[in-house]
Amino acid sequence: MNDREPMPALIDDDVDQVDADLVTRLRLVAGAGAADSDTGLGAPPDLSELAGRAGLLDVAIDSVDTPVGRLVIAATEAGVITCSYHDQDEVASRLAVAVSPRVLRAPARLDPVRRELDDYFAGRLTRFTAPVDLRLASEFGRRVLTALGGIGYGTTTTYGTLAGRLGRPSAARAVGHALGANPVCVIVPCHRVVGADGRLTGYAGGVEAKRLLLNLEGRRAG
Amino acid sequence: MLPPFYELVDAYWRDVARLCLALAGPDDGEDAAQRAWLNALRAYPSLKHDRNLKGWLLTVAARAAMDGHRDRARRPVPMADPPERAAGSMPGDPSELPGDEIWTLVAELPERERIAVGLRYALDQPHAEIAAAVGVSEAMSRRLVSDGLAKLRVALGRTEEKDEDE
Repeated sequence: MNDREPMPALIDDDVDQVDADLVTRLRLVAGAGAADSDTGLGAPPDLSELAGRAGLLDVAIDSVDTPVGRLVIAATEAGVITCSYHDQDEVASRLAVAVSPRVLRAPARLDPVRRELDDYFAGRLTRFTAPVDLRLASEFGRRVLTALGGIGYGTTTTYGTLAGRLGRPSAARAVGHALGANPVCVIVPCHRVVGADGRLTGYAGGVEAKRLLLNLEGRRAG
Repeated sequence: MLPPFYELVDAYWRDVARLCLALAGPDDGEDAAQRAWLNALRAYPSLKHDRNLKGWLLTVAARAAMDGHRDRARRPVPMADPPERAAGSMPGDPSELPGDEIWTLVAELPERERIAVGLRYALDQPHAEIAAAVGVSEAMSRRLVSDGLAKLRVALGRTEEKDEDE
């Protein structure tokens, strides 16, 4: 024991002292305190496939870089539940509370959505086919967001017109709030709704992002 | 409020891997870690609070490491000749590490001692953490570790005598 390295700082406990050589042996064999490279520990495990097969992947999450910035995408069994301009950890924490804490990074699970977003931003896709899961929207919000299905690629409508379509012509402001709370941005096209004077009013990703999306779609008016 | 599960993976994957490797051995270590993660993921939403997630996870991992032992006991694997032991090697000599099976003796300890010894010497956890994981006082944690070491000492004496007899 004499010419061994100095005793690790850990061994200052009376329990450890009594059996110092046994303790040293246990720690050495287990690689305690050793660098990852010395114990063959590489990267954190990717649990998404394993969990998916076991039916334990409730929420798959990932980020995707786009011309409007980094979007956080998340999906449940039912469909895309989030497409957000917010920070991934913040989105994940909210999903953990609102849907299930079984939230895992799962890039492969989100490949179909990522491909559609890539195609959309490349101008090759005018209608998303990935199913969406609107359970994070309020009941009224779901009605508003569902009505957006009638606002096609490259066209816009106004808050008032959309409110009229829903049979609530005076509810333009409530419609605006519902759109502002859209949990599935871009894919559910709340960016196609503009002010009565054609102005690009507020947008979760900023007015610049809204302008970029509408220009990408080759919007004619406004 | 429970955090997203991937935060647990990010924070503790090294601890889970090391603990499983120590308790389940090199052949089953990785499988044990996988079992641990799946068991944890399965039980996670039913946790009532987010206190002591680390202790909870490491306890799940220590138990998953034992499932492999039970499986092996049920379905014995035919063994090749036992590995030769280098003549004159000292216990604890690093040159002997791949063949040092001291942790298989830890795996034989009663559950709470096994977990306490695993957390203490595979992961360098302080007694406060061990106490929280096992759900006992710090004094009890010390007791579990020292009882575990005493049993190891006895078991070690037995196996090494046997080696000398052979």
